[in-house]
Amino acid sequence: MTKGRLNIHVQGWLLALPAVVLLAAFTHIPAIKTVIDSFFSTPHGARPSRFIGLTHYHSLVADPIFWRALTNNLLYALITVPLAIAFALLMALWVNGKISGRAGLRLAFFTPTILPMVAAANIWLFFYTQDYGLLNKIGRTLGFASVNWLGDPATALPSLMAVTIWKEAGFFMIFYLAALQQVPPDLYEAARMENASRWQVFRRITWPMVMPTTLFVGINALINAFRVVDQVIAMTGGGPDNATTLLLFYIYQVAFSFWDLGYAAALSAVLLTALAAVALAQFFLLDRKIHYR
Amino acid sequence: MHSVEVRSVTKSWGVTTAVADVSFAVKQGHLTVLLGPSGCGKSTMLRMIAGLEEPTSGTIEIGGRDVSGLTGAARGVAMVFQSYALFPHLSVADNISFGLSVRGAPKAEIAARLAKVAGVLGLEALLARKPAQLSGGQQQRVALGRALIAEAPVCLLDEPLSNLDAQLRQDLRREIRGLQQRLGITMIYVTHDQTEAMSMADEVILMRAGRIEQQGEPADLYDRPATLFTARFIGGAPMSFLDLDDGRDGAVIAGTMAPVLFAGPGKGRVLGLRPEDVTVDSGAAPGSIHAVVMAVEYLGGEALVTCRIGERPILARVRGKDVPAVGAAVGVHWQPSAAHIFEASSGRRVAAEFSSVVRPKLQTVSH
Repeated sequence: MTKGRLNIHVQGWLLALPAVVLLAAFTHIPAIKTVIDSFFSTPHGARPSRFIGLTHYHSLVADPIFWRALTNNLLYALITVPLAIAFALLMALWVNGKISGRAGLRLAFFTPTILPMVAAANIWLFFYTQDYGLLNKIGRTLGFASVNWLGDPATALPSLMAVTIWKEAGFFMIFYLAALQQVPPDLYEAARMENASRWQVFRRITWPMVMPTTLFVGINALINAFRVVDQVIAMTGGGPDNATTLLLFYIYQVAFSFWDLGYAAALSAVLLTALAAVALAQFFLLDRKIHYR
Repeated sequence: MHSVEVRSVTKSWGVTTAVADVSFAVKQGHLTVLLGPSGCGKSTMLRMIAGLEEPTSGTIEIGGRDVSGLTGAARGVAMVFQSYALFPHLSVADNISFGLSVRGAPKAEIAARLAKVAGVLGLEALLARKPAQLSGGQQQRVALGRALIAEAPVCLLDEPLSNLDAQLRQDLRREIRGLQQRLGITMIYVTHDQTEAMSMADEVILMRAGRIEQQGEPADLYDRPATLFTARFIGGAPMSFLDLDDGRDGAVIAGTMAPVLFAGPGKGRVLGLRPEDVTVDSGAAPGSIHAVVMAVEYLGGEALVTCRIGERPILARVRGKDVPAVGAAVGVHWQPSAAHIFEASSGRRVAAEFSSVVRPKLQTVSH
């Protein structure tokens, strides 16, 4: 009896072992190591790192660029996440209907997703360029003054947001499309029998039925919003005047331009905590309102 | 007064015709069953009455009003779907009151009607639950409640019991029929199950390949099937069919020489007999036909005995105690009036001349 039980436990752990090893080696141990490193000074040549307690965190609170990066990032998440979700759902609803050329439309909407970020950034750089960029050419034809989209602190961050929304919406559309096709068609017929309007059908059937997808997509979009770095490097380098410096880009700068690894570890710990909190909150707040099939 | 009137309705998609020139009327407060095998067009017909499909040609009137272009509630029709189509994210109460609430009925009215419907269907204790927390029979009741709450003049049911087990199906059959009669609802009920049709309907419309094969009260279809198809489809145990041949003095069962069943030609005709009309005896009785018992299917109170006359099998329903042994030589006989004669080529019923032969004595008794 006891032996059999033990056997089952051993078997269970053996089966879980590959996943445990992978997760531990590449996720959990590095995360813990980062948190530990954040309490130590950065080693310089002959000076080994030593325990300095919360010093990094004190300087972090006093660091204006950190605060700038944080507010930029929050703004970035707050705007790109809902807009990307809204566009994704709209596109999915559109290409889920019986329209001609819908395979082509689906492909068109999905294309931005398969483009590498650097390639996409190049395309948009061409759109945004000051004198001969596409946007300014169109704007000038319509009689507007030329705008330095990426060079002006007021427009640089929104310009980056537009690229993110454009790139992410198509990806999320695929998830919504799958979710929409899971809704049994007779639910819509039952609603038709009651003469429900299109808006009522959306609000009372479609939206609640795709809610699990919205939660999934929402968390992914939010995490992505805090993971953006390639786009900033390719398009603005964080400028002008840190207007487009996002958290991860700042961490990258601190770690690999300024080589202050201890401070970068502290920044990473803050980012990790924030993301974990966001994910937890989303699960707990939305979970009870969501119907899972 | 006619509650629903269907006038030469046709529905086709491209070259396939699902429903071809079908006309019928349903009286107010009647339960009419659209019966038929799968693919016969009965569900398409129901969906056209619901307004979920528009007929290719023909008109549908509900309560004396042409309802083309209207759907569901707007044409005074509610529907119970085969899958129930309950909204999985809504509670039982919200499912039932969905229609009223999308049409903006006052809250107090919704609550009052909900209480009434829940009372009628015995759902009071389940109102806060989600559909996934209900049994199949309870889900079926909720679907029924959603159709009943609007008090639409016509209620359509599309194979509502096909997802339930046999016992539950029987209970709900009685319940739905009782409800329909008590509330005086006009119901159109689609099923492929002839037992359901026979036990519930005021009128049965048997469909085949998009057309009405036969229409009438259940007893009409059972007693006087107009075609071979109807004869085959209606009845608990299947009717036996025996080819007839020309005998010396009239029609005889093919492969046998006697007895003569009726005067006149037998070739090209088919004799149909219901198992419950066929009696098995020792073979000594006058007029009984010699047969051999091939198989016995024991059903409890009775048994279904397969006998062979000539080359063809014939089924007889026998009381449980009197079951003959397999292989026994027996006699089978039946009342002449129980014989259904069909023309083999067209499948149509022949107004039979059973009158003549075999057992003149019995004949005088029965007429």
